[in-house]
Amino acid sequence: MTVFVLEQLLNGLQLGVTLFLLAAGLTLIFGIMGIINLAHGSLYMIGAYAAALVARETGSWLLAVPAGLLAAGAAGMLIEMVIMRRLYDRDHLDQVLATYGLILFCNELVTLLVGRQPMFVGIPPGLAGAIELIPGVPYSIYRLSIIGFGLALAVGLYLLIQKTRLGMLIRAGATNRDTVRALGVDIRLLYTLVFGLGALLAGFAGIMMGPLLSVQVGMGEQILIMTFVVVVVGGVGSIRGAFFGAIIVGIVDTMLRGFMPGWMRGIISDTAQADALSAGLSSMGVYLLMALVLLFRPQGLFPART
Amino acid sequence: MKRRDFLVGSAVGAAALAAPSLVRAQAPLRMGLITTLTGPGGYLGADIRDAMLLAIEQGNGRLGGIAVQPVVEDDALRPGQGKTIAERMLRTDGIRLFTGIVFSNVLGAVAPDVLDGGGIYVSPNAGPSNFAGRECHRNFFAVAWQNDALHESAGRSATELGYNRAFILSPNYQAGQDALNGFKRMFRGTIVGEQFTRLDQTDYAAEMAAIRAANPDVVFQFHPGGLGIAFIRQYQQAGLLGRIPMVVAAPSMDHTIMNSVGDAALGVNLTTHWNVDFENPGSQAFVAAFRAKYNRTPTFYAGQAWDTALAIGAALRQTNGNVTDTNAFRTAMLRADFQSIRGPFRFGPNQFPVQDWWSAQVVRNAAGQLEIKTGRKILENHSDSYAASCRI
Repeated sequence: MTVFVLEQLLNGLQLGVTLFLLAAGLTLIFGIMGIINLAHGSLYMIGAYAAALVARETGSWLLAVPAGLLAAGAAGMLIEMVIMRRLYDRDHLDQVLATYGLILFCNELVTLLVGRQPMFVGIPPGLAGAIELIPGVPYSIYRLSIIGFGLALAVGLYLLIQKTRLGMLIRAGATNRDTVRALGVDIRLLYTLVFGLGALLAGFAGIMMGPLLSVQVGMGEQILIMTFVVVVVGGVGSIRGAFFGAIIVGIVDTMLRGFMPGWMRGIISDTAQADALSAGLSSMGVYLLMALVLLFRPQGLFPART
Repeated sequence: MKRRDFLVGSAVGAAALAAPSLVRAQAPLRMGLITTLTGPGGYLGADIRDAMLLAIEQGNGRLGGIAVQPVVEDDALRPGQGKTIAERMLRTDGIRLFTGIVFSNVLGAVAPDVLDGGGIYVSPNAGPSNFAGRECHRNFFAVAWQNDALHESAGRSATELGYNRAFILSPNYQAGQDALNGFKRMFRGTIVGEQFTRLDQTDYAAEMAAIRAANPDVVFQFHPGGLGIAFIRQYQQAGLLGRIPMVVAAPSMDHTIMNSVGDAALGVNLTTHWNVDFENPGSQAFVAAFRAKYNRTPTFYAGQAWDTALAIGAALRQTNGNVTDTNAFRTAMLRADFQSIRGPFRFGPNQFPVQDWWSAQVVRNAAGQLEIKTGRKILENHSDSYAASCRI
C-alpha cells in the first residue's frame, strides 16, 4: 500500500511540474500585463507539434527540443506584437474574446498544416525504460526526468526573477506598470519578452508531454482548464503560487483518481454505483478544491506580495 | 411562432417556384453524415467517412441505384456540436436520412432530435444500450453492434483463455459503462479492480499504478482511438507489458492503434466481428478498393461504414429513394438484403445486428510486420441482452 502511495505521489508530482510550466507563464502574463490569455494552451500545442515533427523527420531529440522551444517562443512573441498590444487597454471581455479566437485560429492552422490525425512520437532513446526507484515498482525514467527538468526550471525561474535585472523589471512591472514606464524602461520590449518567456515555458511543457500523450489538435484546451485552476488556487500573478498550486493540484488530482474507487467501494456496497460516483468525484476534486480556496482564501493560497 | 412558420413557408415556396422543376426531379438524396473528425478519435470518423464515400463513388454517385449526396460535418466529439449540426440539417436543409456518428455520447444527443423530427438514423458504430432496450425506436438501425455485445465477446474470450482475476477500465461515458457491463456479463472469473477514466484523459499514470497494485491475471480495457494508443504506450512505459496480458475488444486494438504502438501491441488478444483477413469475396474486394484509393489499411470502423452504406443502398433500392415513408423504408431495411463483409448478418427484433464474433491476436507475419490475425469463432448468431425488452 505505501508503495502504491509513493508511486501515485510521483505521478502527481509529474503532473504538477507540467502544470507549473504552463501556469507560470499564464500567471506572469496576467500579473504583468493584465491579459487573460486563453491561447496559452495553443502555445503548448505549437511546442509539442514542432518538436514532434522535427523528431519524426530527423529522429534527433537534440534538434527537436530547440525546434519546439523556438516555435513556441517565436509564436508567443509574434502573437504579442501583432495582437496583444492592441488589447492591453481593453477590458477583460475583449481579451477573452480575442484569445479565444486565437485558439480556434491555431487549431485550424495546425489542422491545415499537419492534418487531424494525432501524432505519436517515441520517448527519446536515452530516457526510455524504467528503473526501480521504489523496490518492486519500475518507474518510467522519462516521467522521472520530467520531474527533474520541471524542478530545475522552477529554480531557474526563481533565480531569473529574484536575482537578475530583467527579473527586477518584471517584478516592478507587476507591481506598478506606470512607474516603470515613467522611469524610462521600454515597457513594450519588456512585455514582448515576458510573453515570449511564458510561451517558451508552455512550449517546453508541450515538448515533454508529447511522448507521453498523443500530439493532437486541441491538446492545449484539455490542460488549459486545469492550468486556470492552478492559477486560482495558487494566487493570481504569483510565481510561487503557481508552483505550489500546481504541485497541490497535480497531487490531489492523481491521488483522487488512484484512491477514490477503493474508498467508495468501502462506503457503498453496490460496486457499479460506487464506481460511477468515484469517477465523478475524482474528476470534480480539483474544482472542488478551487471552490474551497475561493471561499476561504479568495486571494489564493500563495498570493503575490504587494 | 405562427408568423415565423409563415415566413419560412413562403420562403420555401418562393424557392420552389424559382427553381426549375427539372433540377428538383434530379436532385440527389441528401444524407447527413455527422462524424468525429478532430481530436484523438478523429481517425475513426475519417475511416467511416472515407468508406462511405468509397461506396458512393463505386456506385457512380449512387447507393442502391439512387443518387446520394453525403453532407459531411465534424462533431469534434462534442454532443452539443453534434446536436446543433443535426438540428440545422433537419430544419434548414430538410435532410431525413442520417448516419456517421462514432461516439455513443454524441449519438445520445443527436439521435432523439433526428428521430423526433421524423428522420431515420442508421448507426455505423455507436450502439448504446439505451437505444437497444426499452427505448428502441422504429427508425433507429444499428449496423455495427450493440456496445455490450462487443465486450461480451471479450469477456467470453478472457474466460476461454483461462484468466481468473481481471482488472477492467473504460472511460466514464455511455459506451464505457456498456463495455464494462458487457465484459462482466460473460467473464466467469473475479473482477479485482474496476476503474473509470475520463473521455478527455490522455495520461493514465494513476491507473497504471492501480493495475500494478492489484496485480491481476489479465487487463481488459476499452479505450477507442487515440485514447487506446496513449493507454497501451503508457502500459509499456510503466513496465506492465509482458507482465500482465491484455484481452480487449476490437476498438481498443484496431490497425491504426497497432501501427502506432508497434511492438507493444504484439500478443494482445482481441475479439472482433470483422477483420481485413476475412476471406469472403465482398470483404476482400472492399479491402483492396480501400487500400487502392486511400493507401492505408481500413480499420473495422471503415468496414462497418461500408456495410452501413450497403444496407442503406439496399433499402433505398427497394423504396426507390423515398425516405419520407419511414414504414416502407423500415420494412426494406430490416430485410438486410445486402452481402455483409462480415458474412452472415441480420437485424434482431430491436434492429440491432445478430452476428458472429471471432477471437484474434496481434502476431508478426512472415514478412516481419505486425498484423491482426483472426482466430476461431467464439460467439455465433449473437444478439444482445437488451433485445428482449424492446417492444416495437
